[in-house]
Amino acid sequence: MYAFDFEKPTTVAEAVAALADDEAQPLSGGQTLIPTLKQRLAMPSKLVSLTGIAEMQGVCTNDAGQLCIGGATPHAVVAAEAASKYPALSALASNIGDPAVRNRGTIGGSVANNDPAACYPSAVLASGATVVTNNREIAADDYFQGLFSTALEEGEIITEVRFPVPQAANYQKFVQPASRFALVGVFVAKFADGVRVAVTGASNDGVFRWTEAEKALSANFSPDALNGLSVSADGMIGDLHGTPEYRAHLIAVMTKRAVAAAS
Amino acid sequence: MPKDSGIGAASKRREDVRFLTGAGNYTDDINVYGQAYVYFLRSDVAHGRINSIDTSAASEMPGVVRVFTGDDFEGVGGLPCGWQVTDRFGQPMQEPGHPVLARGKVRHVGDPIAAVVADTLQQARDAAEAIELDIEELPAVVDMKAALNEGAAKVHDELPSNLCYDWGFVEDNKAAVDEAIKNAAHVTTLELINNRLVANPMEPRVAVGDYNRANDESTLYTTSQNPHVIRLLMGAFVLGIPEHKLRVVAPDVGGGFGTKIFHYAEEAFVTFASRKLNRAVKWTASRSEAFMSDAHGRDHVTKIELALDADNNFTAIRTETYANMGAYLSTFAPSVPTWLHGTLMAGNYKTPLIYVNVKAVFTNTVPVDAYRGAGRPEATYQLERVVDKAARELGVDPIALRRQNFISEFPYATPVAVEYDTGNYFATMDKLEEIADLAGFDARRKESEAKGMLRGLGINCYIEACGIAPSNLVGQLGARAGLYDAATVRVNATGSISVMVGAHSHGQGHETAFPQVVADMLGIDESMIEIVHGDSSKIPFGMGTYGSRSLAVCGSAMVRATEKIIKKAKKIASHLLEASEGDIELKDGKFSVAGTDKSVAWGDVTLAAYVPHNYPLEDIEPGLEETAFYDPSNFTYPSGAYCCEVELDPETGKVTIERFAAADDFGNVVNPMIVEGQVHGGIGQGIGQALLENCVYDSEGQLLSASYMDYAMPRAEDVPFYVVDHSCATPCTHNPLGVKGCGEAGAIGSPPAVVNAVIDAIQSGGKNVLHIDMPLSPQRVWAAMQD
Repeated sequence: MYAFDFEKPTTVAEAVAALADDEAQPLSGGQTLIPTLKQRLAMPSKLVSLTGIAEMQGVCTNDAGQLCIGGATPHAVVAAEAASKYPALSALASNIGDPAVRNRGTIGGSVANNDPAACYPSAVLASGATVVTNNREIAADDYFQGLFSTALEEGEIITEVRFPVPQAANYQKFVQPASRFALVGVFVAKFADGVRVAVTGASNDGVFRWTEAEKALSANFSPDALNGLSVSADGMIGDLHGTPEYRAHLIAVMTKRAVAAAS
Repeated sequence: MPKDSGIGAASKRREDVRFLTGAGNYTDDINVYGQAYVYFLRSDVAHGRINSIDTSAASEMPGVVRVFTGDDFEGVGGLPCGWQVTDRFGQPMQEPGHPVLARGKVRHVGDPIAAVVADTLQQARDAAEAIELDIEELPAVVDMKAALNEGAAKVHDELPSNLCYDWGFVEDNKAAVDEAIKNAAHVTTLELINNRLVANPMEPRVAVGDYNRANDESTLYTTSQNPHVIRLLMGAFVLGIPEHKLRVVAPDVGGGFGTKIFHYAEEAFVTFASRKLNRAVKWTASRSEAFMSDAHGRDHVTKIELALDADNNFTAIRTETYANMGAYLSTFAPSVPTWLHGTLMAGNYKTPLIYVNVKAVFTNTVPVDAYRGAGRPEATYQLERVVDKAARELGVDPIALRRQNFISEFPYATPVAVEYDTGNYFATMDKLEEIADLAGFDARRKESEAKGMLRGLGINCYIEACGIAPSNLVGQLGARAGLYDAATVRVNATGSISVMVGAHSHGQGHETAFPQVVADMLGIDESMIEIVHGDSSKIPFGMGTYGSRSLAVCGSAMVRATEKIIKKAKKIASHLLEASEGDIELKDGKFSVAGTDKSVAWGDVTLAAYVPHNYPLEDIEPGLEETAFYDPSNFTYPSGAYCCEVELDPETGKVTIERFAAADDFGNVVNPMIVEGQVHGGIGQGIGQALLENCVYDSEGQLLSASYMDYAMPRAEDVPFYVVDHSCATPCTHNPLGVKGCGEAGAIGSPPAVVNAVIDAIQSGGKNVLHIDMPLSPQRVWAAMQD
């Protein structure tokens, strides 16, 4: 990697100030950024670590009954602490990467990066979660804007993600054989006012909602409700590990399995 | 009763204590005072003409000692190829030069263009970015058949084409084979790809060159499986350093799998640069560099035809294979698709007529060479797949078809030049049927089907040839090296023993297993014996470790040297006991006079050898140290039968391996635990090839699977608990221990078993899929099932 300055602030305000410098970049768990730096594919002047900020750590429930997860909370902590309140989210977190990844990687880092094959974006979108930053609250439907692209502005930090807790939910991940990221991941969440289905790993536009399935499942939350529904291969990712057709096919299979597991 | 020491005991691997506690001494742990670091600037295009390399700015960068390019190697040799294949027409293969740093052209992504030596690695990397390259990109050849087309871009302009050789084996049989196929009652044809693999040892390659001006001596510390081979190749052919001024040390090495046999440019560079700069130079590969600079494995495209008579007896086999050499000839590359592949095409079967044709092709890809099994997995895969397909076409039981055609009498001279000394293929198949619980398969299949899954069973036999030899034969076949090995047994005054061996242990457990043999012969404790390996200045000139040769070849040398020790020790004992030499018996570390209670201990004899006060100085020399070189009279031929059981999710194409059983015949076994571990590792790699691993280039020669994000390695969850048996032992008839070789068997025997099982699962679901090329990824399996 190239040389850079390093700061480890203890408050969000200090972090925001530190990020005001030109070419400064936030560093959370570093699971994407550090390999990128090692390959000399990024050249930040300064890294601002977010892992020393106490107010961005931990899992709690707010008065509205939402599960609130600090932006710098590692996956392993979410896996452990969300287990009783939101089992599907806990299960998702417990199956990201390997133990080293889960103990370094954070929810804020994953959601800010918005890798098209990451697991968390599907949970955030399917849950209709709110992404909380240092200066605003962003609804999940407004937040994800395509491949590695989000509503975040330069220097903006995810301090918390607030998840409404569904009546039933499940995440099905079909792993890419090499990276073990999601080749296709489907998160299904059933709320009193309807079902949301979010798909990761599959689309050239990143995480997306499968609205046709949502409609069918909102009427009848059972795998059979999906019979005959399919996703078009147009716009799906094609690579060494899966053609667009294969990914489109897997979306239907994984959605059915998620519904079966949730109901 | 299992033994608790000596030959046959499951002695715990003593080397694991240091490996598992972080106390190993790997090449990257070696740091020479004042060393500089080298960073190689590598080509990012597959094929290009080097118009200019401007290093002037880079040379002025902080910390830079010197920037080298190909021009600095004017008058220096290229990397040699250690095997010359003669083609069907009696002509030698095309053998292009292989410069240490690219000259004139770059020929694959990763080809080193310049080398920056600096005080730190960071400085070297920074300076490499300041090198100005003018490289004119040329069309790349990637596909082997396209590379042989008229007008295809040439990897080496000076050669007539991209064809390295067109080899026929046995050429004299060709007409008879063609005739037999024409007249056959049934011919089964299969076209397949043996997928290109990257070895991926846990430890990437490292090289440290250290020049000592005081005595004009160079030392190369390197991650090698065979330090003496590297010393000979680099000293004699590349740099012109006489052996007595060149020391090659391969300390602890974290896995080789073949890819650390070869002599690489980086080794020659650090040795060369350390002499030029009078300063040690170190290189440590990153994993990304390993993907584009370690020799790759496999990469064959094959058509095989199996002819059968009306009674289902195999009558002939004909194969046509395209073998990828990559951009240059790696050290032993030409031998892999020829002598290590064609000679194995008989497999376990008495097919009377066989013809193998191999076209070796240059492409703009990383050189391809031996990888665990080297040629034998390619032979086994095509043969066992075509036999399975034939059984399906003929509607006969695949085990029965194999049994019907098994070789049953030994020695057996195959029609492909080798003679199997011993084996019992019925015994291993009987054992397999028992340990794999074939009788219970139908019930297990029903259970899977009840869950909506398909279940398949795949059977496979294999024969392999280990300990390639004898030297005079391999010399006729084109080897430019001998294939003996050597051991020196040095008995110390107080009775402990150092055994200096030419074999190299990089995971095999020699430090544990070899002492078991010597301890058994002498009747002393294993802990009194230490194995010394990996340093050309300490060990006799042996050829290293590959091809499952260490125990069969080097172990035999060790036995011969120990026999000499015993002979001399008995002479000394007879003197001490005042008895006739012929009456001396050695048992449990004690020399006694037959029929009496007179004896002397091992330590009394060894002490007398070095403190020869009461000693027959007029008859024998003091000291107790013996060396033996051993050149085997034949290969050894391990064999076995494997069974794989898979479950297949028809909705996703995902295959999971539910059971795997292996019945191997390794002859006599020195350490059954180590043998079991070798089989486990080999099967794991075979499963990796069958289901996961694939090295892929795009049509421009860019390496798409260049990291673990896209190159799928097998993990613990991908493999089942294995059932392994090696009780069906037919000892090798021509080496003193009766041992064969076990290092590669698992990697050779498992891929066809896995693929046969997947095809069986798909067939059980009513889809007539007859073949899918490896790796059988979920996508490929699913796609095949859609047709």
